[in-house]
Amino acid sequence: MHRNLGTEILGVMQKRTVVKFLLIFTLVFNASNLFAKESEKEGDGDLKTTIKEFINHHLQDSHDFTLFSDEEAKTHFGFPLPVILWDGGLKVFSSSKFHHGETVAEVNGEYYKLYHGKIYKTDAQGTINYDEDHHATNAKPLDFSITKNVVSMLLISLLMFFMFKSLAKSYKKNNSIPTGVGRFLEPLVLFIRDDIAIPNIGEKKYKKYMSFLLTIFFFIWFLNLLGMTPLGVNVTGNIAVTFALALIVFLITNLTANKNYWGHIFWMPGVPTFMKVVLAPIELLGVFIKPFSLMIRLYANMTAGHVVLMSIIGMIFLFKNWIGGPLSFGLAFALSILELLVAALQAYIFTMLSALYFGMANEEAHH
Amino acid sequence: MEKLINDFSFGLFFWQILIFVGLLLLLRKFAWKPILNAVNDREEGIKNALESAEEARKEMQNLQADNERILNEARAERDGMLKEARQLKENMISDAKSEAQAEADKIVAQAQATIASEKKAALADLKNQVAGLSVEIAEKVVRKELSNEGKQLELVESMLEDVTLN
Repeated sequence: MHRNLGTEILGVMQKRTVVKFLLIFTLVFNASNLFAKESEKEGDGDLKTTIKEFINHHLQDSHDFTLFSDEEAKTHFGFPLPVILWDGGLKVFSSSKFHHGETVAEVNGEYYKLYHGKIYKTDAQGTINYDEDHHATNAKPLDFSITKNVVSMLLISLLMFFMFKSLAKSYKKNNSIPTGVGRFLEPLVLFIRDDIAIPNIGEKKYKKYMSFLLTIFFFIWFLNLLGMTPLGVNVTGNIAVTFALALIVFLITNLTANKNYWGHIFWMPGVPTFMKVVLAPIELLGVFIKPFSLMIRLYANMTAGHVVLMSIIGMIFLFKNWIGGPLSFGLAFALSILELLVAALQAYIFTMLSALYFGMANEEAHH
Repeated sequence: MEKLINDFSFGLFFWQILIFVGLLLLLRKFAWKPILNAVNDREEGIKNALESAEEARKEMQNLQADNERILNEARAERDGMLKEARQLKENMISDAKSEAQAEADKIVAQAQATIASEKKAALADLKNQVAGLSVEIAEKVVRKELSNEGKQLELVESMLEDVTLN
């Protein structure tokens, strides 16, 4: 080891810090190198792919409620859910018949197979035919199954119903003063009324939208929070769910809109006739884009949150050393706290924008 | 986009709409309406209570002002009455005094007049008596002097002497 002038100039303390820094850097660097070598050895069935598949699987809805599973031993812990199919008649059976996609379920002489979270109609052997893009071409029966997400929604709905019913009851019993959990819920209800509904819709008309705004806020918020639990549900990060919610907002906005709103869309007042013609299609497009943005925003935020959080948790298993592990854990912890904030924020934004759209639909003419 | 469409599950959509609308209707009937009404009622109650408290406070203030005013009035009235009484008393005293003085003067004057007239009468009486007495004495003296002849002659002689001297 050769010494140069630079190292001599460095004080003892400085030397120590530099050494420490180098040590950490090398360890982290080596760890990733180590992993790289390992993955090369393992080939296709490596940890990275497993984690990726796990995350993908988590993001999707499933036909059974799996709490955790051991992929190698092929054992799953959880409970099956009812499958309801419409295929020339209603067919109801337990999802345990699929054995997590390993076997073909036979119902009244028809055969069904669970493949990548979707149910396909197959022959007795469970053959799946593919097209050139590796997409299954088998017939898909209409699937009305009570899936994991449906169960979660029902659970949250029940919880909300009992929570708010008890709040309503506590007013009657207690001389209009909430008790217990109501003390926490009442300020939120008031927040939605005073800071979302009234400023956006207006003092006169906010009342008829209050039920919707309150329901959607707590529904999204509680489902977002449920997504943070280790139960591993991802309801609000599902496009069908956000589409349904956005569709309801779209319908309410346009069905309760007044003349002034439609006037502003099809024949914008106060601009030259030529501009009126140009603006009409743009405004009409806006009618659809508004709820569409609601749908994408909620879906993307929740999905992204889940992906990032799970990826960072997955990194613990990738690093497999005493620095990367705690580091990933700390990061995951910080991100979880951030996600808790996002859960409330997205519910707030969805409610806020819905109220804004309702307010636009109810705006009185002002000239 | 293709992934989104592929992920879209009509069943889940159907259940979501059903559950959400059901939840909305149930909560509206059993929770939101009672909650919002209760909160509204409470807020109205608080507002009303505050307003009535303010009103009561104002009324109290008015009442206090009224009391103060009445008290002041009463006090002024009492002061006026006292002053008047004092004035009356003083007037009475001075009136009485002057009247008494006049009466006294009158009495004194009368007394003096009486005294003077009495004195005059007494003096006159005295004069008369003195005159009578004098006459009587003189009579008696004369009678005594002239009781014998010698004396009478002596007198006549002395008187004649006086006359001759002149």
